[in-house]
Amino acid sequence: MKVSMTVNGSERSGDVEPRVLLVDFLRTNLRLTGTHIGCDTSSCGACTVLIDGEPVKSCTQLAVQADGRAITTVEGLATAAGLSPMQIGFHEEHGLQCGFCTPGMMLVGTALLEHNPNPTEEEIRWAISGNICRCTGYMNIVKAIKHAAALRESSEVVPRETAAAATGGE
Amino acid sequence: MATEVHMHGRIGEPIKRKEDARFIRGKGNYLDDIELPGMLHMAILRSPHAHARIKSVDTAEASKMPGVIAVVTGELMAQHKLAWMPTLSYDTQAVLATDKVRFQGQEVAAVIAETLYQAEDARDAVVVDYDVLPAVIDPEGAKAAGAPVIRDDKEDQKDNHIYHWESGDQATTQAAFAKADKVIRLHTFYPRCHPAPMETCGIVADVNGATGRATIYMTSQAPHLHRTVFALVAGLPEENIRIVSPDIGGGFGNKVPVYPGYVVATAASLLIGRPVKWVEDRTENLISTGFARDFHMTGDLAVDKDGKMLALRVHLDSDNGAFFSDAQPTKVKAGLFHIVTGSYDIPTAHVTADGYYTNKAPGGVAYRCSFRVTEASYMIERLVTNAAIELGMDQAEFRKKNFIRKDQFPYESPTGWVYDSGDYHKAMDVALEQLGYNELRKDVEARRAKGEVTGIGIASFTEVVGAGHGKDFDLLGVRMFDSAELRVHPTGKALLRMGTKSQGQGHETTFAQIVTEELGIPAADVLVEEGDTDTAPYGLGTYASRSTPVAGAATAMVSRKLRDKARKIAGHLLEADEEDLVWDNGRFYVKGSPDKAKTIQEIAFAAYSNLPDGMEAGLEGVHYYDPPNMTYPFGTYAVVVDVDKGTGQVKVRRMVAVDDCGVRINPMIVEGQIHGGLAEGFGIAFMQLITFDSEGNCIGSNFLDYLLPTAVETPSFELGETVTPSPHHPLGAKGVGESPTVGSPAAYVNAVIDALSPYGVTNIDMPVTSDKVWAALRAAGVNE
Repeated sequence: MKVSMTVNGSERSGDVEPRVLLVDFLRTNLRLTGTHIGCDTSSCGACTVLIDGEPVKSCTQLAVQADGRAITTVEGLATAAGLSPMQIGFHEEHGLQCGFCTPGMMLVGTALLEHNPNPTEEEIRWAISGNICRCTGYMNIVKAIKHAAALRESSEVVPRETAAAATGGE
Repeated sequence: MATEVHMHGRIGEPIKRKEDARFIRGKGNYLDDIELPGMLHMAILRSPHAHARIKSVDTAEASKMPGVIAVVTGELMAQHKLAWMPTLSYDTQAVLATDKVRFQGQEVAAVIAETLYQAEDARDAVVVDYDVLPAVIDPEGAKAAGAPVIRDDKEDQKDNHIYHWESGDQATTQAAFAKADKVIRLHTFYPRCHPAPMETCGIVADVNGATGRATIYMTSQAPHLHRTVFALVAGLPEENIRIVSPDIGGGFGNKVPVYPGYVVATAASLLIGRPVKWVEDRTENLISTGFARDFHMTGDLAVDKDGKMLALRVHLDSDNGAFFSDAQPTKVKAGLFHIVTGSYDIPTAHVTADGYYTNKAPGGVAYRCSFRVTEASYMIERLVTNAAIELGMDQAEFRKKNFIRKDQFPYESPTGWVYDSGDYHKAMDVALEQLGYNELRKDVEARRAKGEVTGIGIASFTEVVGAGHGKDFDLLGVRMFDSAELRVHPTGKALLRMGTKSQGQGHETTFAQIVTEELGIPAADVLVEEGDTDTAPYGLGTYASRSTPVAGAATAMVSRKLRDKARKIAGHLLEADEEDLVWDNGRFYVKGSPDKAKTIQEIAFAAYSNLPDGMEAGLEGVHYYDPPNMTYPFGTYAVVVDVDKGTGQVKVRRMVAVDDCGVRINPMIVEGQIHGGLAEGFGIAFMQLITFDSEGNCIGSNFLDYLLPTAVETPSFELGETVTPSPHHPLGAKGVGESPTVGSPAAYVNAVIDALSPYGVTNIDMPVTSDKVWAALRAAGVNE
């Protein structure tokens, strides 16, 4: 079946079997491997993407269900201007260790702040409760999302150290 | 304008992680992200039965399905002498079953196809005819008269007993028990659980048919060890094997063993001549690879009338599953379990262990712990709390009365360990102070008087990590040293390659900081590479909290080697005697003339351009570090819980964790690891359980049944620290990644037992779920 969608602002299309999962379409057809597969039962949230701004576990959606929709993956978080506040928050607050759950966590956090720009710790913990992290014990993820909220509010410039990290890894 | 402190990244500075840059952009390179030209996909057919004889395997229909390249059976593997493989505990394990299946989830056949969807379709079309046999699901059943012999493939195996093992002194222990005023007994079961890293295990095997060169991408915590194992198992020449361990999405011990899927994928690539990828799905991960614990333990503690510990006796029945494949040093059978005397100065001890085969997945990996230290720590810390309660003594006071004193280090334990350093009283005092223990105790009494169920739990653990001195510790005969190779480039930037492999621990930052400390090159200028056996020096890998104790030490030592050479070059450049040069982090200057100096960057350039006569060019080196002893991190954890009498629900109100891991290289990373381990310890104590029904069906085969803590259940943690350097480590560091998983389960459970002690409850085995607590309260006559 033909399927087309907007992924990180670009029109993308492909020809897939109806049974192909959205996560497989993103990873295999589009080679956007930042979206991870952790459990296959929509329990862990490693595969979380945003569909029209809402977090969705892409292992539980068929690619054809996303036809005509707008998808944001982790690769779409940074802009030409630099890292998004959420990415900066995760780096600054040590919100990641192995990095496998990080894309899903950052996307859920991003969606949360769109609805609730200044969430409490309790609200953050509930927002990320569909996403499992085995490394951090969640405390620094909560701090990272709060950090992002503060950055969004102040529209602060990117700290120097993070600007260095922005050019470091690729 | 405020003065900005410029961080170079020396030891003790919490610099941000270098590795974050790729991960926050989704640009990590995990195993499943690897895509090679012509790559095929493999799906494994697994046994639905725990114990059954295979009558036939019919692959005819599967072979004809779209996209299928090959269907591999045990029989085919047997033709290549690969149906069985050796394990790290000197047993054998089936790669693909030929005679019987011995646990639910065992590998029976594999389908290799153009796409994963096609491979899975065809896998489901393979027909296997089984004769189901009775299953053995625990050591009790394994011992029972008339129990089926699980390992009838082994000629000399007439029952299900694997090993008997002892440590300590039976005679002196017996004598001490005979004189004891009181003996406290605890029988406890540390149930089977699974590390469940977010990324499952996988491989991309790429064997070049023309050259025979095997490039194997693998989720490996120990790539060099795995290269040697592949050479031994598959008979491939070791120089023709290249293992590449890419970014790893968490390991926790799950990625130490060699699994059958790795062997089948490699053999398939060799036979087909194309790359083959196999990545476990979550169910395969939970039911077949890397289980942990499953220890049935009985401990007796002998004390005198003043509450002084006299002797400890522990017996352990270990459930090892269908194959004895514990990843552990050669000279031990139950890992380092004999560290079970813990933090206490117990004059004598005797530890016995028996291992049994059962119809369960093999493994026995050290889940975020150093070879069974977790089980030992749990046993002694639970027993000590029970003893304090039974003696009517305060848990903290009883511990302090029996701690090994600071002036006793180095301390030789009754089972032969030599503890390097410690100050247990101080860690306890810091924890009690931080918790406000005395006021809290009064508060607990007041709440209990009002009918509330509340308690405080303490655990004062001692770990033994950093395996290890090669004389006593080896894997398949390879000594457990580790290595670092440092190359300083002409421009003063550096490349550090190591035999370890980060799975999230932050090695790219921490090890760069060691170079910064020792050689003065800023951490930002040091690129750390691990995981490629073609480029990294041989090492034993990352597990058992050994990276900083062993490879970190190697990094310090190689940096010092280069600094010695740099001194000679500096002397040449400054026309000064090298004895007259002073090292000042990053530069040498002439004694008395601090402005007459050469920076390490200038010296690096000179190493390639302006050398003293007769000196070899370059500024590079390698160091293999064989530690003189293990390191012994310790700490005191304290937990406050409230129990709902109506539902049995336990709420962790507070968790204070005071860790002493010696010198902290990057405190931010250390604290992050402690957070993570305390959360995993919470999961183990209250949620995570891999259990089996009487037929051997695994209950806990997905994340709907195997419950991992989310942000909602996980409590917040209050950290504290003391610093007692390791006297033998070049930096005084001890390793920390596993302390919180080792120490915290007992602290959580002790808090629940303390809360329930007024009702006469002395034990609830983990996971301490609401239903168990509720039942214990009901049994004690509480009906609310």
